[in-house]
Amino acid sequence: MALDKSDVDKIAHLARINIEEQDTQAYLQNITSILGLFDQMQEVDTTDVEPLAHPMDAIQRLRADDITEKNQRELLQSVAPAIEDGLFLVPKVID
Amino acid sequence: MQWEAVIGLEIHAQLATKTKIFSGASTAFGAEPNTQACAIDLALPGTLPVFNIKALEMAVMFGTAIDAEISKTSVFDRKNYFYPDSPKGYQTSQLFYPIVGLGELDITLADGSIKTIGVTRAHLEEDAGKSLHEKFADMSGIDLNRAGTPLLEIVSEPDMRSAEEAVAYAKKIHGIVTSLGICDGNMAEGSFRVDCNVSVRHKGDNKLGNRTETKNINSFRFIEKAIKGEIIRQIEILEDGGRINQETRLYDADKDQTRTMRSKEEANDYRYFPCPDLLPIVIEDDYIEAIRNNLPELPDARQQRFIDQYKLSEYDAVNLSADKALAGYFESVVKECSDAKLAANWLLGEFAKQLNQSNTSIDQSPVTASELALLLTRIKDSTLATNGAKQVLEALWRKEGEVDAIIDSKGLKQVTDTGAIEAIVREVVSNCDKQVQQYIAAEPDKRGKMLGFFMGQIMKASKGKANPGQVQALLVPILDELC
Repeated sequence: MALDKSDVDKIAHLARINIEEQDTQAYLQNITSILGLFDQMQEVDTTDVEPLAHPMDAIQRLRADDITEKNQRELLQSVAPAIEDGLFLVPKVID
Repeated sequence: MQWEAVIGLEIHAQLATKTKIFSGASTAFGAEPNTQACAIDLALPGTLPVFNIKALEMAVMFGTAIDAEISKTSVFDRKNYFYPDSPKGYQTSQLFYPIVGLGELDITLADGSIKTIGVTRAHLEEDAGKSLHEKFADMSGIDLNRAGTPLLEIVSEPDMRSAEEAVAYAKKIHGIVTSLGICDGNMAEGSFRVDCNVSVRHKGDNKLGNRTETKNINSFRFIEKAIKGEIIRQIEILEDGGRINQETRLYDADKDQTRTMRSKEEANDYRYFPCPDLLPIVIEDDYIEAIRNNLPELPDARQQRFIDQYKLSEYDAVNLSADKALAGYFESVVKECSDAKLAANWLLGEFAKQLNQSNTSIDQSPVTASELALLLTRIKDSTLATNGAKQVLEALWRKEGEVDAIIDSKGLKQVTDTGAIEAIVREVVSNCDKQVQQYIAAEPDKRGKMLGFFMGQIMKASKGKANPGQVQALLVPILDELC
């Protein structure tokens, strides 16, 4: 699968990662070589293989529907950069 | 050229668990901001989600209620996007192996016909928090109490062809989830949210047109209006030679129109992948069957019971059984006034009108079932005529007092004294010379139809207090005397 620079920019944008212009070529090469591994894996015949959702051979533990967490707002907000009236404040985002 | 609308709905039903889907924090509505957001909901490093057994049970209840396939192995996936009200940077959802697979349900249309609508799937996911943009100048306030609240997203096939069908389907799902007790169904508080996918095409075409998705609709009435408006908008664009942009739109109830929210051209690329923090959910047949065998009464069964037990018409039974709260209210009223037909007529007529006008849900009705039952009893024992009863209902709605006190204070007691009624009838007849002459001139078999005019005048003259049966019995002989 052939990628170009615009794909790297898009991936960086989706991940909200700032990358320097001069590093783009290196990222492009790295990602392309990873995709090369995928291409190699695609060649394996998996017709009779069950899809694997998790590498651990175990199933999900379940929790009873009981309230176990109490209000710790003050403690949890003590590490927030900005709070007001109990709300976390973040730079304005409008969708 | 005839157009056809194609509609599919995505319904988010908030599951009525006590705690979040992956944490032990409370889901109660209306708490102070961030007092019900624990370390897991805040996505603090080192925390791990643990799945709520009740959320699983509720999803399986829904699946068995619509006879859908239930996945014995289902998997949580991460839907990645950045928005501050989703602190993990992804929403935990189910894309590839949802808990509930293909199912279907029947809706009853206005003409009494039945249509089957496919349910593609229903999957578990977590809700996001809330962003408050208005309160602060250059900042947004984030309340994460809702983050991690369990949702069941129910996705329909694009099987609906009109706004009315879409509303019937949404009401059916609402009736099922509320009857199951897995969702409180409160649309105003966002417990039951409906997104409408709408496209149009020429009738007979097999290919689907470009669709839009309208979000933010919080009442059945608005679903109908939003879809109708969107169908017209799309047809107008296509008839002017334009094309429909595949996009997300918002419904603005104040303006009664939809507007662009974001277009798919710049759509998010969610990069779903299986969540490594959660293992596959595996359930056994015994578990599924135990849930299936213990399902509470569902709207379809209730509908049949209402027909059998209360001798209701199909129409009345459909409309009274769909919503659990309304069905319960109806049964309470019948228990106290012992007249199912009268109770059905009032609940679906005047009472429904009051609910609509005041935009009130049945469980917030200012008039209790006992009060309505007493009002209907006063109709049955001839204390009240229909018109007077309507005035009493309006007064009850405004909390003006008790039924009998309102009847007294407004002087609404029906006149049943034959002498008094006869006097009113004679007075009205003597004042309507022209109509009386027409009555006399008419063929005897045409006269019956002309009585309505006189009835109306007499009821008006008696301020609605004359007993209509007595009026009719007196009116015909008095008119016939003149012939």
